[in-house]
Amino acid sequence: MKLFKRHNNVLPGFGPTMGYTLLYLSLIVLIPLSALIFKTAGLSWHDFVAVVTAPRVLASYKVTFGAALAAAGINALFGVLVAWVLVRYPFPGKRLVDALVDLPFALPTAVAGITLATVYSANGWVGRYLEPHGIKVAFTPLGIIVAMTFIGLPFVVRTVQPVIEELDSEIEEAAACLGANRLQTFRRVLFPLLFPSVLTGFALAFARAVGEYGSIIFIAGNMPMVSEITPLIIITKLEQYDYQGATAVATVMLVASFVILLVINLLQKWSRRYAE
Amino acid sequence: MHPRKLVTIIAVLSLALATALPAFSAPGVTLQNVSYDPTRELYQDFNNAFARYWHKKSGQNVTVKQSHGGSGKQARSVIDGLDADVVTLALAYDIDAIQEKGLIKPGWQKRLPHNSSPYTSTIVFLVRKGNPKHIRDWSDLIKPGISVITPNPKTSGGARWNYLAAWGYALHQKGGNEAKAREFVTKLFKNVPVLDSGARGATNTFVQRGLGDVLLAWENEAFLAINELGPDKFDVVTPPESILAEPPVAVVDKVVDKHGTRKVAEEYLKYLYSAEGQRIAAKHYYRPIDKKVPTKLAKLRLYTIDQAFGGWQKAQRKHFADGGVFDQIYGAAK
Repeated sequence: MKLFKRHNNVLPGFGPTMGYTLLYLSLIVLIPLSALIFKTAGLSWHDFVAVVTAPRVLASYKVTFGAALAAAGINALFGVLVAWVLVRYPFPGKRLVDALVDLPFALPTAVAGITLATVYSANGWVGRYLEPHGIKVAFTPLGIIVAMTFIGLPFVVRTVQPVIEELDSEIEEAAACLGANRLQTFRRVLFPLLFPSVLTGFALAFARAVGEYGSIIFIAGNMPMVSEITPLIIITKLEQYDYQGATAVATVMLVASFVILLVINLLQKWSRRYAE
Repeated sequence: MHPRKLVTIIAVLSLALATALPAFSAPGVTLQNVSYDPTRELYQDFNNAFARYWHKKSGQNVTVKQSHGGSGKQARSVIDGLDADVVTLALAYDIDAIQEKGLIKPGWQKRLPHNSSPYTSTIVFLVRKGNPKHIRDWSDLIKPGISVITPNPKTSGGARWNYLAAWGYALHQKGGNEAKAREFVTKLFKNVPVLDSGARGATNTFVQRGLGDVLLAWENEAFLAINELGPDKFDVVTPPESILAEPPVAVVDKVVDKHGTRKVAEEYLKYLYSAEGQRIAAKHYYRPIDKKVPTKLAKLRLYTIDQAFGGWQKAQRKHFADGGVFDQIYGAAK
């Protein structure tokens, strides 16, 4: 066991802290989650499959995971851009912009949802210019992507930012000296260095978007089979006092999130090795 | 200040305090009323009135705490352990769910007059000022080009009343039958561009986002919206007929027995039926049961859920359960 081999810790007290960690994780994470699985266990396997593969539920997975994928993709692209600008260029109000990036973390999601719906609906600030061109954002799947992009933005920026900070601009200069043009420098030199962190940020933004409820519900329109997200399906089942059905769908979400987080962890491990 | 004067002031103050104290230290009792969204203002008024009444009657001070939210969510909170002495919800179905968990004794709906619904309401139309699309009756809602705002019946108690009101209307028309009703409701939902998860969300969509020509709403919510947002923007249209919405109330037996609050909780609900309780309900645009209490609400033909659907349990199973008629309308049947 590699974990226990290192005895030369700076701070003593591995025992109590490890005990505390386990207790804490159990109370906050493990016990509620096992209660979830336990409740689902009331269903037979056949019923479980029937519940989690009902057409309406399947449609909601498609919406949820599809929109989350799109949103994470948008964030990966523009998040890198934002991080790059924030690290490399001095400009007035930089600190303010830097703080602004974290706002989606702090803002209650319901507030975000109501605000986004206001801005993007047909009579909103942005919506009124989009609607005449046939682009409907609020109350369509597009609205879901907008909300998910909003809440996922900080993840990419904050994972990529420190990596860009560590990049010496000398690397680019060296590449330029060796005759690489700008695109080549980016493609061959910078991108490989940034890639692992972008991927991590992407995965984090994706995981967050999949679980998002508060902000989406106000902008999605919630039409069955079209713009209904999986968390709403869970709420719908609870409204019918169908606890088992709700937990069954929740379990699918849980497993999906767990797989995503596992992938993130592997990516981080990989990127660390890559960086060394 | 002269010390003598100060002494006098202190003396007077302490005397005042001493006389006031018994009032404060008189045995007090707290009730928790778990209700749904649109009754917030109604119960703020009513709780004050009841506190006065109960103090006069028993010398006891009663504080009533309010909790509001979606009706189904509130019922689940009570099931999951929120200590509600009384529940005042949007549908009997939600109180039935609490009863099923053994918190309320069976037959609760017979314990108070009028199906345990001290006030009733109905579903009306909120339209833009001047009613530009000439919406007068349910049949106008299925016309092409009319955009109807209603919340999702799967997540909102109020929306279930909307849906059933439309169904009941179609059923009552000449030559009306189940198939016709289904066709009518299907057409109606084709005109619905957004399904908000709750009644207040739908009101927001209609009022703030400017979406839709008509909002299906509780009558009291419609008038509340007009009062809050200005009568210059919206009109209430009362259709010639609609469903009689009966939001029921019940004492949560397990909780009041634990708290020892049964007597005051029962009195609290009974007081809703008193002249003053009825007057307060009418003031908040609910329809009073007591015919002597004046109301400004328009007269219309009202059908009950028992008449048209055979009660909530049946209506819920047939229409809103997974794979039910509502799911079938959206092509999402199992």
